[in-house]
Amino acid sequence: MPEQVLWGMEVFLNGLMAGVLYALVALGFVLIFKASGIFNFSQGVMALFAALTLVGIMEGQVPFSHLINAALGTDVHHFGWHVPAFAAILLTMGVMVLLAWAVNQFIFRHLVGQEPIILFMATIGLAYFLEGFGDIMWGSDIKKLDVGLPQGINGMIDEVTYNIFGYGFFIDNLDIWATVIAALLVIVLTIYSQYSKQGRALRAVADDHQAALSVGISLKFIWVLVWSIAGFVALVAGIMWGTKSGVQFSLSLIALKALPVLMLGGFTSIPGAIVGGLIIGVGEKLFEFLVGSMIGGATENWFAYVLALIFLVFRPQGLFGEKIIERV
Amino acid sequence: MNQMTEEGYVTEDGRTIGGKLMEMKHISLRFGGVKAITDISFDIREGEIRAIIGPNGAGKSSMLNVVSGFYVPQEGEVWFRGEKRPQMRPYEVARQGIARTFQNIALFEGMSVLDNVMTGRLTHMQTGIAAQALWKGKAEREEVENREFVEKIIDFLEIQAIRKTPVANLPYGMKKRVELARALAAEPKLLLLDEPMAGMNVEEKEDMSRFVLDVNDEFGTTIALIEHDMGVVMDLSDRVVVMDYGKKIGDGTPDEVRNNQDVIDAYLGVSHD
Ligand SMILES: Nc1ncnc2c1ncn2[C@@H]1O[C@H](COP(=O)(O)OP(=O)(O)O)[C@@H](O)[C@H]1O
Ligand SMILES: [Mg+2]
Repeated sequence: MPEQVLWGMEVFLNGLMAGVLYALVALGFVLIFKASGIFNFSQGVMALFAALTLVGIMEGQVPFSHLINAALGTDVHHFGWHVPAFAAILLTMGVMVLLAWAVNQFIFRHLVGQEPIILFMATIGLAYFLEGFGDIMWGSDIKKLDVGLPQGINGMIDEVTYNIFGYGFFIDNLDIWATVIAALLVIVLTIYSQYSKQGRALRAVADDHQAALSVGISLKFIWVLVWSIAGFVALVAGIMWGTKSGVQFSLSLIALKALPVLMLGGFTSIPGAIVGGLIIGVGEKLFEFLVGSMIGGATENWFAYVLALIFLVFRPQGLFGEKIIERV
Repeated sequence: MNQMTEEGYVTEDGRTIGGKLMEMKHISLRFGGVKAITDISFDIREGEIRAIIGPNGAGKSSMLNVVSGFYVPQEGEVWFRGEKRPQMRPYEVARQGIARTFQNIALFEGMSVLDNVMTGRLTHMQTGIAAQALWKGKAEREEVENREFVEKIIDFLEIQAIRKTPVANLPYGMKKRVELARALAAEPKLLLLDEPMAGMNVEEKEDMSRFVLDVNDEFGTTIALIEHDMGVVMDLSDRVVVMDYGKKIGDGTPDEVRNNQDVIDAYLGVSHD
């Protein structure tokens, strides 16, 4: 097989893996949007915040140490202990649940029944608040995150492909793990939403608030639940991205790639988020590989958005979105 | 009706009605300058079918919304099962055993009929999130039990044929029936129906009337219903509250109400559909 084709195949596979991470963030958007009609601009920052918190807890960092030191004239930074990854992940999840509660209690509870654009603006405010808050709490330096996920080239794939094609594919172990974990997450979420009591309540709230109230569902509980689940998805995405490229501010920017993913997949569809993520991941890597060098490179910055734009023109509801029919 | 006492009374068709299940005391409700309800009191007895009638805009739906917690009156008290009810959110009222339907149908359009009716069982499901994840057996048993009950309701209302149909695809009359099924699935102490027969054809109205009577008869459910159609009200209800411009202008058996001059005036003075 010609070398170009093999490289292309390798790029394709790597694109799939990158797409999984886009899909994870997009999934967080879809969950909240479906349940509450809120387009949560802060989903990416939530992933960043989750990752920052996780590193902070694992490293035994003193939260708000900057503030504390400035106010008290002390010089504390670390507790001097390390928390095992698993315990730290549980603790971080606790923080995300608290965040979910606070977001509902202090923001969205007061905005019930407002226009979607107002809710959207509120999430933009939340995004910037959370970014600053994460900064003050854990500091703004780039942090390394290692929860024990294997990283580096997968030897087996390298060997097998070398034996078949005479060219070893470079596939990162971390990407393989990310794919497996994301797939598990989607399966669990789907089963939970289809078959559990809370899942049914969640779908009910997404469908009709009045009717949901009339069958005894507490909207507040469901909203905190949904934001907690979104926080959990953000945590998973934050762990993957953070392990891959360090926990840093740019993480929340990468998360914006979820927007074109959603335009492709539809804002209300969980399978849509997955497929959209994979298409964007593969598309932008292949495009860069095939066309990038001819037009000066760096196409990954804009490819996803342009693809989404073209898509919007032909199928505004996305691949899996519900068809929009004007009622007259 | 023979003698009405605190303990109850016996209806014309020989059913024994109990004491006060719900009592509204001096309820007033305003929306800005609009007085939707002005100082209304009435009670609903255990086991009876109680109707609220009156011209459009009289405040009937508002009253039902007060009972179900959707509206909070500025004045007045709500008593349920002998106790004064503190201010409650609608979902808390639902958990107390008060189920309702809406004048403009509020179903989960994206779900199947079966799923819609299953949501009516939510108040009967105990298993929490953690237990559901960790202890699948209990959650599953609960699901099966509730599912059996829901199938009974579905048979009862004769909607087996559309069990799996998405609600959005159903005709209006069927939607009304599914909404009733969902309310019944909650095994309510008190069932509130806001114009259950509005917009139906004669045949559908007859079916719905039969279901209302059967529910009351077979499950002993206390029912409060709003209805426009005088004929239907007279056939179904044991006692009637008549409202006009937010005030109560009559209260009694269908016969008493029919011969009440204020009621006749209100009904003649306002055009109807
Ligand atoms: N949510 C609301 N906001 C403002 N006004 C309302 C609201 N609900 C009802 N009203 C007003 O209260 C009055 C009674 O309405 P309603 O209870 O719906 O009457 P009915 O059910 O007897 O036709 C009407 O004037 C109506 O406009
Ligand atoms: Mg009404």
